[in-house]
Amino acid sequence: MLFFGVKFGYWMRRLLQWSLTFKSSIMRSKSAPEINAGSMADIAFLLLVFFLVTTTMDTDLGLFRKLPQIQEDRVNVIIHTRNVLPILVNGMDGLMVKGEPVDIAELKDLAKEFIANPTNDLELPEKKLVSVPLFGDVMVSKQIVSLQSDNATSYGMYIKVQNEIAKAYNELRDELAQEKFGTSFTRLKETGQKQKVNAIKMVYPQKISEAEPYDANLALR
Amino acid sequence: MSKFKKDDGKADPAISTASLPDIVFMLLFFFMVTTVMREVDLKVKISTPEATEIQKLKNKSLVTYIYIGEPNDTKVYGTTSRIQLGDAYANVKEVGAYIETKRGEHDEAEVPLLVTSLKVDEDTKMGVVTEVKQELRKVSALKISYSTREGAKK
Repeated sequence: MLFFGVKFGYWMRRLLQWSLTFKSSIMRSKSAPEINAGSMADIAFLLLVFFLVTTTMDTDLGLFRKLPQIQEDRVNVIIHTRNVLPILVNGMDGLMVKGEPVDIAELKDLAKEFIANPTNDLELPEKKLVSVPLFGDVMVSKQIVSLQSDNATSYGMYIKVQNEIAKAYNELRDELAQEKFGTSFTRLKETGQKQKVNAIKMVYPQKISEAEPYDANLALR
Repeated sequence: MSKFKKDDGKADPAISTASLPDIVFMLLFFFMVTTVMREVDLKVKISTPEATEIQKLKNKSLVTYIYIGEPNDTKVYGTTSRIQLGDAYANVKEVGAYIETKRGEHDEAEVPLLVTSLKVDEDTKMGVVTEVKQELRKVSALKISYSTREGAKK
């Protein structure tokens, strides 16, 4: 058995020697003959596998919102009903705007008409004179979009509604940017033209109000 | 000798493998740049809804994630939506404390820039989400982002 062990060892050595000559004759670069490129590839593969296993290509995209501060005292600010667009979503994901059931596809156009109020309709929001840089004095609508959802509404529906409202604002802002500056609103944001972006935001401020969730404790007082 | 023919070296080296490490390093750098270290093993099933009016989260280090969805292991944990903070399931009440701890890890100057990203499954009921938002308001974590996938613009 010892004899076979020795023989095996001898042939293993010869195999190794033979494979080493093969490696060095192909992989040796002329400039630095000492660097053995074979093991570099191994190290690189190891690192690659490590990164593949421990990371995700999670591109984080989302709808940005700013939550309102909690106000200790429930001050009821007097707002004219004409200035508020009441959007309700019930537990069955049914959508209702101003008391009328509405399909999700119509929401954007209703919201756009409400926010812009191009014909100064008396049923739609009032406008007040605001001094906007780059625009001069502009009649800005006092619009507020109010969104109330039920506890049983599905999140998917809620996001769809939020998306449509955001779309309404963005389309109005795009139209204004085209009219005034000749480019789209997104283009202005991409090229970092902060002054123009802020001016357009002042003409169409994104006012989405979400109803305070029903707090049983407060209601009982 | 005839059984073990020596390689006479005349076989032309068809593929030079000297550039193999370079290719692998390029792939490695690509992955290092485009990916994020996954810190959390998702314990809840999340399929975020689609939206078109979305913005990219600018600075990933300023983001705190809250995951809400159905647990992966429904036999043990049931099917009601759960909140996952960090690596474990949590109660709604613990959201505030979690945000505060995360806030403590940042400088004073960065605190107003902190964003909370809500990754919620699309079938979750709004009740849980509204409660989480209330807790966020209580700790003044007002900048939030509803995490969504990119939808097709019609």
